[in-house]
Amino acid sequence: MTEKEKVIPIKTNAAKEVLIHGNEAVVEGAIAAGCRFFAGYPITPATEIAEGMSIRLPKIGGTFIQMEDEMASLGSVVGASLAGVKAMTATSGPGFSLMQEILGYACMIEVPCVVVDVMRGGPSTGLPTSPSQGDVMLARWGSHGTHPIIVLAVSTVEDCFDVTVTAFNFSEKFRTPVIVLSDEIVAHTREKVALPSADGVTIVNRIRPTVPAEWFQPYENTPGGVPPMAIYGDGYRYHTTGLIHDSRGFPTDKKEEIKTFYERIHKKISQRFHEIQIVKNFFTEDADIIIIAYGSVARSSLLAAKTARQNGLKVGLLQLVTLFPFPRKAVETVLRQSRAVIVPEMNLGQISREVKRVNAKHSAVITLNRVDSDLITPKEILAKIQEVV
Amino acid sequence: MAERYEILLSGFGGQGLILAGIVLAEAIGIYEGKYVAQTQSYGPEARGGRSRAGIVVSDQPIDYPKTNSIDLLLAMSQDACDTYFTNLKPSGLLFVDSTFVKDVPVDDAISIPFTEIARKEIGSIMVANIVALGAISRCSNIVTVESLKKALVTKIPRETEDINLRALEAGIAAAGKFAHRYLINSLQNASKRKISI
Amino acid sequence: MARGTTVVHQYLRHDAIFPHVWCPGCGNGIVLGALIRAVHHLGYPKDEIVLVSGIGCSSRMPLYVDFNTLHTVHGRALTFATGIKLANSRLRVIVVMGDGDAVAIGGNHFIHAARRNMDLTAIILNNRIYGMTGGQSSPTTPYGMYSTTDPYSHIEPAFDISEMAACAGATFVARSTVYHAQLLQSLMEKAIPKKGFSVVEVITHCHVQFGRANKLGTHIDMMKRQRDQAVPVEKAQTMSPEELKDKIPIGILTDMVRPVYNEEYENLKKRAGLTN
Repeated sequence: MTEKEKVIPIKTNAAKEVLIHGNEAVVEGAIAAGCRFFAGYPITPATEIAEGMSIRLPKIGGTFIQMEDEMASLGSVVGASLAGVKAMTATSGPGFSLMQEILGYACMIEVPCVVVDVMRGGPSTGLPTSPSQGDVMLARWGSHGTHPIIVLAVSTVEDCFDVTVTAFNFSEKFRTPVIVLSDEIVAHTREKVALPSADGVTIVNRIRPTVPAEWFQPYENTPGGVPPMAIYGDGYRYHTTGLIHDSRGFPTDKKEEIKTFYERIHKKISQRFHEIQIVKNFFTEDADIIIIAYGSVARSSLLAAKTARQNGLKVGLLQLVTLFPFPRKAVETVLRQSRAVIVPEMNLGQISREVKRVNAKHSAVITLNRVDSDLITPKEILAKIQEVV
Repeated sequence: MAERYEILLSGFGGQGLILAGIVLAEAIGIYEGKYVAQTQSYGPEARGGRSRAGIVVSDQPIDYPKTNSIDLLLAMSQDACDTYFTNLKPSGLLFVDSTFVKDVPVDDAISIPFTEIARKEIGSIMVANIVALGAISRCSNIVTVESLKKALVTKIPRETEDINLRALEAGIAAAGKFAHRYLINSLQNASKRKISI
Repeated sequence: MARGTTVVHQYLRHDAIFPHVWCPGCGNGIVLGALIRAVHHLGYPKDEIVLVSGIGCSSRMPLYVDFNTLHTVHGRALTFATGIKLANSRLRVIVVMGDGDAVAIGGNHFIHAARRNMDLTAIILNNRIYGMTGGQSSPTTPYGMYSTTDPYSHIEPAFDISEMAACAGATFVARSTVYHAQLLQSLMEKAIPKKGFSVVEVITHCHVQFGRANKLGTHIDMMKRQRDQAVPVEKAQTMSPEELKDKIPIGILTDMVRPVYNEEYENLKKRAGLTN
């Protein structure tokens, strides 16, 4: 059996083993990544992240504030980031829906920030204490207008630490909001995690301008598409607006400048797909049936794949850590080599649509969906595998 | 050990099963060096209704974190016993709180009045969960008393340390008469079985 | 060039972004002028000022002035300002909003910023109408007036922004009209250095929308009405409710000391165990 895994290069030395749940690991990851501002509003099943931050941040000179709603939470997070402090908020479906306008604004003005959505059953109040993966397309397309975004999914408590650090690093590097999709299962499962010491975590910080203030163009079309970011008080006084803007940050209606703007904010992500798209391969090398899964369902899928292997079936798992930008290359590879791909999800088909979109008739794409508040079990996935066989 | 060893602590809300689950998971995970994944009932049902805490133990990283084929079941209410017994493996260990579980489904269950012991010997039914943990450590090889004690003191208020440690000892003592029947390592048994889901 | 104008030009991005979007005769320019002169008079460096706004005619103001400027989304300007101030307490954060921005879509943020006593200055330009979208009624449109969404006259009572701010906990609340430009400047000079949540409500006119819909004449006619309706706060306190009908009390309405969120949080950090 081969087990190939694209490891997220975060931890170099472990200092301390602790038994914590996913929401607590998000707190640890955020603090390790340098997050020093958190604003949030109570919501199940994400509240422990706010509670953890309220304890931890003031001890280390950071700021926690409970705002009046989720829009206020993300608004103040964006404000804090503009003033130079790494910032995060955490919520669940109803709050994440409310945040969408400001998420679009953060994309527009290119402010690094991290939003954690601990998914629960929806729409509306839905199933507040039950897991779901119903917010995948909301995370991608929730804001109006054309915009790029990075969406990562966690499946273990260790992931909650690693992926949160990665989310901050991506947000700083690419000047973009990054969404971490968790779910009620991961959020409340306790596992042993080796927390690294402070210097054992790789941290990326935004690039700040070094040119004289009069040369500074806050939205300059740099080759990588990510202009250096000045923070308030640095002496680079500039304008920021949610209107489409030119390289100086001033509103524009010139077609050429509008085009340049859209091209740049997309190219800064699309040029770096190889870096952003994280997947994990389990037993896929010789597999002819491959499960594509993410979040807690990836764990059921892994046990199903192991069991199928014991029964002599060539089954593998492609786990998506990055959901968007959709890891097309990795998915195309498994589609080409397999006769069937099974996509189990706790929704009625969201990532499976993306898989079907890139399929080009290589493989049969089989969906397995569950929305009754329970995690898809390994048994169900195994039954689907046997159906395919 | 086996790839998966599954524990389920069950009863009704207020019996401290989730705390017991966290203590047990911490003891096995942090102090005995195994991989653990601890899950629990969450939400309104945890208040007054049925309550449960599951722990999956393994020597390897754990894939599916929930219990489905149980090696060790603690039932502290009749309802929990009736509900979860069907998920207990034929070779699995069943612990019941005989204060509440009158109708025991098998003959070889470890039947101890945890709540009664907590009330009579410790003076508080609040620690029935810890009495049960003591019995579990005596009658299974899944956790040692030392690890359990270390984990316990990190998870409870300092002023309750004394009654909790006494409760643990009471559980160990009460399980004495069952211990000989379970000296055979239940984990060794488990390791012979193929994983099943 | 008058001395006041010279000062204003030191602060405008006139080489970059003019002409502005405001209609001829609009009161917004008077407010911007007063704000610039107030900051200049207070001697604050441009780098320390962050001017934040929401959406609407008046919220275009930050674009034209050489501070750190942030034009945000509709109604939420105070939330961004909260994050900025908490991230860097040395910055002086001033928030410009219109009446719809501040007390309709942003009403919740407004009362909570006041309740917390967040160390911010809110300047609210109240023209009693949604100007940018073409003259719809706002929460400050008086009963019986007309707007493009009140073709049969407005049937809702209006908010009194200053009273609401004071009730919600703002430590400094003042009101002026754009006619009283010098008073406006002096109120801003008191509001900006004030610790805690300070509010300056500016009664201004939208002769293009509100004026036309209600046959109130030109911008000059409307400013004359401001002159005639205004009464100093001190005098207003001696007047009966009947006498105060259609009057606008101007001056300082509230000036008090209350614990400021930002200072409270610094103390909290110490209680949490922050050393140094």
